Amino acid sequence: MRRTTASTCCYCGVGCGVLIEHDADTIHGVTGDPAHPANYGRLCSKGSTLHKTGDPAARALYPELRLGKGMARSRTDWDTAMQHAARVFGQTITDFGPDSVAFYISGQLLTEDYYAFNKLARAVVGTNNIDSNSRLCMSSAVVGYKQSLGADSPPCSYEDIEQSDCLLIIGSNMAYAHPVLFRRLEQAKSLDPAKRIIVVDPRRTATCELADVHLGIQPGTDVALLHGILNLLIQQDWIDETFIQTHTGGFDALQSLVGEYTPEHVAGICGIDPEALRQVAQMIGTAPSFLSLWCMGMNQSSAGSAKNSALINLHLATGKIGKPGSGPFSLTGQPNAMGGRETGSLSNLLPGHRDATNAKDRAEVADYWGIEALPDSPGLSAIELFEAVRRGKIKALWIACTNPAQSMPDQTLIREALALCPFVVVQEAFATTETCQFADLLLPASSWGEKNGTVTNSERRVSRVRSAIPAPGEARADWAIACDFAQRLEKQLKPDQPSVFGFHQPQTLFDEFRGLTAKRDLDYSGLSYQLLDALGPQQWPFLPGAERGTARLYADKLFPTIDGRARFIADTYKTVKEQQSTDYPLILNTGRLRDQWHGMSRTGTAAQLFGHVDQAQISLNPADIDRLELHDGQLVRVTSRRGKLVLPVVADEQLQAGQAYIPMHWGDRFLRGGGVNVLTQPAFDPMSGQPELKQAAIRIEPVSLPWDVFILVEGDIQARFSALRDLFEDLAYASFSLAGREEPALLIRAANEQPRNTEWLAEVDLLLGLDQVPVLAYDDPHLAVSKRIKIEGSRIRAVRLCGETKARDWLINLWRNGESTENLQRWLLAPLSAPPGATAASVEKIICNCVNVSHSRIQAAINSGMNLDSLKAELGCGTECGSCLPEIRRLLPAPNAPASTI
Amino acid sequence: MQKLKLVMVGNGMAGVRTLEELIKLAPDMYDITVFGAEPHPNYNRIMLSPVLAGEQSFEDIILNDLDWYRDNGVTLHTGRRVVNIDRRRRLVTADDGTEAGYDRLLLATGSNPFMPPIPGNDLAGVIGYRDIADTRMMVGTARTRSHAVVIGGGLLGLEAANGLNMRGMNVTVVHIGKGLLDRQLDLTAAQLLQSSLEQRGIRFLLPQFTSELIDDGKGRVAAVRFKDGSEIRADLVVMAAGVRPRTELAQSAGLACERGILVSDTMQTYDPKIYAIGECANHRGIAYGLVAPLFEQARVCANHLAMLGYGRYQGSVTATKLKVTGIDLFSTGDFGASENCEAITLSDQLTGSYRKLVIQDDILIGACLFGDTADATWYLELIKERRNIRKIRDALMFGKTVCHNIISDTNSQATPSEVGIAA
Repeated sequence: MRRTTASTCCYCGVGCGVLIEHDADTIHGVTGDPAHPANYGRLCSKGSTLHKTGDPAARALYPELRLGKGMARSRTDWDTAMQHAARVFGQTITDFGPDSVAFYISGQLLTEDYYAFNKLARAVVGTNNIDSNSRLCMSSAVVGYKQSLGADSPPCSYEDIEQSDCLLIIGSNMAYAHPVLFRRLEQAKSLDPAKRIIVVDPRRTATCELADVHLGIQPGTDVALLHGILNLLIQQDWIDETFIQTHTGGFDALQSLVGEYTPEHVAGICGIDPEALRQVAQMIGTAPSFLSLWCMGMNQSSAGSAKNSALINLHLATGKIGKPGSGPFSLTGQPNAMGGRETGSLSNLLPGHRDATNAKDRAEVADYWGIEALPDSPGLSAIELFEAVRRGKIKALWIACTNPAQSMPDQTLIREALALCPFVVVQEAFATTETCQFADLLLPASSWGEKNGTVTNSERRVSRVRSAIPAPGEARADWAIACDFAQRLEKQLKPDQPSVFGFHQPQTLFDEFRGLTAKRDLDYSGLSYQLLDALGPQQWPFLPGAERGTARLYADKLFPTIDGRARFIADTYKTVKEQQSTDYPLILNTGRLRDQWHGMSRTGTAAQLFGHVDQAQISLNPADIDRLELHDGQLVRVTSRRGKLVLPVVADEQLQAGQAYIPMHWGDRFLRGGGVNVLTQPAFDPMSGQPELKQAAIRIEPVSLPWDVFILVEGDIQARFSALRDLFEDLAYASFSLAGREEPALLIRAANEQPRNTEWLAEVDLLLGLDQVPVLAYDDPHLAVSKRIKIEGSRIRAVRLCGETKARDWLINLWRNGESTENLQRWLLAPLSAPPGATAASVEKIICNCVNVSHSRIQAAINSGMNLDSLKAELGCGTECGSCLPEIRRLLPAPNAPASTI
Repeated sequence: MQKLKLVMVGNGMAGVRTLEELIKLAPDMYDITVFGAEPHPNYNRIMLSPVLAGEQSFEDIILNDLDWYRDNGVTLHTGRRVVNIDRRRRLVTADDGTEAGYDRLLLATGSNPFMPPIPGNDLAGVIGYRDIADTRMMVGTARTRSHAVVIGGGLLGLEAANGLNMRGMNVTVVHIGKGLLDRQLDLTAAQLLQSSLEQRGIRFLLPQFTSELIDDGKGRVAAVRFKDGSEIRADLVVMAAGVRPRTELAQSAGLACERGILVSDTMQTYDPKIYAIGECANHRGIAYGLVAPLFEQARVCANHLAMLGYGRYQGSVTATKLKVTGIDLFSTGDFGASENCEAITLSDQLTGSYRKLVIQDDILIGACLFGDTADATWYLELIKERRNIRKIRDALMFGKTVCHNIISDTNSQATPSEVGIAA
């Protein structure tokens, strides 16, 4: 019987409410929850396809254990698995002390999971070696908020986006990363065109389509820009002297610092027009309200904390904080980054926005937990933690719900560390992640749609996550695994003491945790599952007895500092760690694709989500492509000081000359050679510990890999993916992706200097099911050209081209459109870049993924004179989730003067 | 001015084509006399198979009817076999005593089917497959008898088998090689061909060696016995084990013969007044059996007879087509893929089509097409003209149009002729 369960989306920090349509064991559909105040029924291209993700074949279903590094894991039962884990951890702690083990957890865990892990690490193990992937994501914002405002509390609400007169979107491609908020902004802007939108980004992203001004600054120059703006605000007297005098401290030092940041000086650093800087300062200075939104462009930086502080300075100087439409509003990248911060899931934090380095905070928590003391030795942050693993200091590592072998910078060292670590536990829903390969013990975890608990979104709103179906196989909830392990470890390490892990439901974890928020800035001790069920999602603070949450912080202009005043932070501008040089003349930027999320363990299972971008590529400005004498689509070797990667280059006019871009999603599973993060650098912000994932100096060289391979195969995708991925490990270039919608296929593009032998081809054909059925076959063994196509019912079912792959793009299109091969059969194996009688076509890019409308159809309709409304009416594009609207606008001729890129 | 006398012995396709060419070049140079052993004007021997299969009638395949001979002033003696050449007197004599003097003599005596020397090869119901009489005999037998055995899985044998099969007989083909048409096809194509013929109901025994044809006691064949001792029923046995040039007449006239009448590049024998052409002639060691080279010989021979003499025959690249309706097969050149050769193959296992191209030193030297012969003539052209195909190698398999597109797409530096495309 079909039922509907209200829950929360598991992707970005917007935290949209979803209604899951399901029966007893299958999720059939997902729609936006009209009652949820984050999205009011909207969903983006990723959220609306949640039910198409999570291919059961990609899931971890049973505990798997290996007793030696060289061995393969084999299935075991939960009791054996957990007993083994407890024994190894217990022995390691006994032999080498509690700091010889570590936990690396995730912003995708629920608050209850987080809390269980924190208590496990600090109360049972007695270590602060627990860090979260939020270190790669939000830790600079945490420092920024805490330094300037006294607590890690974003003061704003989503409704400020609608209410603000002037928005500064800096270091955020909100159109891709937080699409539902961007929809809200689009709508507000269309209702009030006077609303000013400034976008600061080295790239001209889709977000710029809504901007009045786009400042295309040089990478990493944000602090100079923000100081330059403040300097102009002061000069023009667009500051709030009274607010500064009454509610802040440190202005004088800052004022003298920013005086050096004259418009000309700043324009020189940032590579922008000084007039544009003045224009932006005027917009900000004269607007009645001012909201700033930011994300990884600010945070993932060796100066991330300084950037955050410099931005908050603008709000403090103008007094634009704590009021409707105003405030510094950090957009979180993960669904529960906020929950992690609340529960103390960075090594330096403790539950309830406390600090691990603060003795009073430690004592409060120890007291609450009924234990003697919390560890006082400082814990390791992510980068340091993996370095300690590599150096053998950490001997047992527990990884939950995150994929460091994809997401951490300088992958070569990370993989070395994971391979060397004597005992690696990976607690994970998807057996396909890169990190699972390093697991000595793999523990299957339940995932979205199966879990119960809470998450907190970017606007401090706590929402319920509810299970709709049971977890597959023997997968268990993350909190339950943590608690089981904790109880076993307690028996080993503290046999004489009573257990502090009497949790049998997520609710008991929540109830214990909320007590730790009491009297803190985030106080939601008044909240309960019952209240959340009754009132719906609520924003903290939510004090006992409250009837609703708190929309906006600091309306009373009292900040959670010792003196109640906010602080101006005066950091000087520092350049990015890696500058362009003759050896490494380009700066690599990383970021998001519209339809993928993070390491793709979930989105990477849904073929539909590859329709927009279907392979890993490095983008360059066309001028750089010309200068380097490359051509669009050519394979290149990208080299940074840490690693090399082979992938195709693609022209992108939205990039400035001298800059390159690779989406952050492509890990080693999808792109052989370790994925994008073999290139990125581990240099991190000294305050936040957040690595500078956004900038790495690189060089690009053409690479000659004459023997190319293309594969398309329908059916049994995950099993084929894993098996073929192993076979392709020896090739210099191998890029995997999915294609199609209802009948998905696995795509492989690969190349090598030397051809592989016939035994290799036979293995590939066996995996593709080409070995025992009638096929089309072409063989020129002398040139190592071998091609196969399997056709059933006049439709392509599998393609394997080796040594010559010119037809691959139109074969993909032919397959995807389900067209009959009857009239083309003679030419399917020909070295043609287009079918006979047609012009060469690249793979159809799907702009509107909900309605399946391609770039070429939209362009043709625009050429015939259609505007946005008629496109929507005729083609249906942009009428569902709206994630494609910025790109459709980009294709349309500009009605008015376009946003100036400066 | 008195015309010269040209006598032609043999009234087949090669000879008459020579006359046609000659009449075009020099309509008034010769008085022409033709002796034909068969009682018919020139017909298209290649099309005997469709006649056997019942797809065409004999009238359909006549190339030059009696009117043609009359209109062109050619004296035709049908049903008369020339039995003697008196080279000193320049006179030929036919079996009925008819004589004709010549200034030039053209021997176009063709070939005989090879009858393997096995016991019983002279029984009734055992025939070769050469002319319309054989064809009619087979058609007649098919009306009254049911079991036919064709010995030889070459072109002629398969065409005979197909024809008899279509006439309703139970047909078995016996072949000594591993694959059918082993001079024309590789094993893959041979197997495709075999299964396609099997689908039509023809049975195959191969490799299999015939040891004896069994008498039914009344002088007619009743069965075929093999070396392994097995036997199959046979009411009709068609010997299709190859042909032998007819050289008896030339030999008796003292002309040099060795597996054919030896001729020069102008198609002249040792006696310069005597020419030989067609299946009876051995040019540079080869006696051609296919029609295309014979027509090339005809052109050279006519040129010389017309006293122009600038034509030279330098041998032909031959190509094979099987005349079995619904089976497209083409083969030419060397496709055995010997050591220095590189073979490219394309097969569509769904439709049963197959192509193999053989390349040596960037030159196409062989092609074997089964199922889809659309580009046959182009490949033949490439082979004959020995064009360098290096730059279109990847596309070669997909035919002229695709290669042309590839060239115009990607290779502006190479001119079409350089890469094997006729401009």
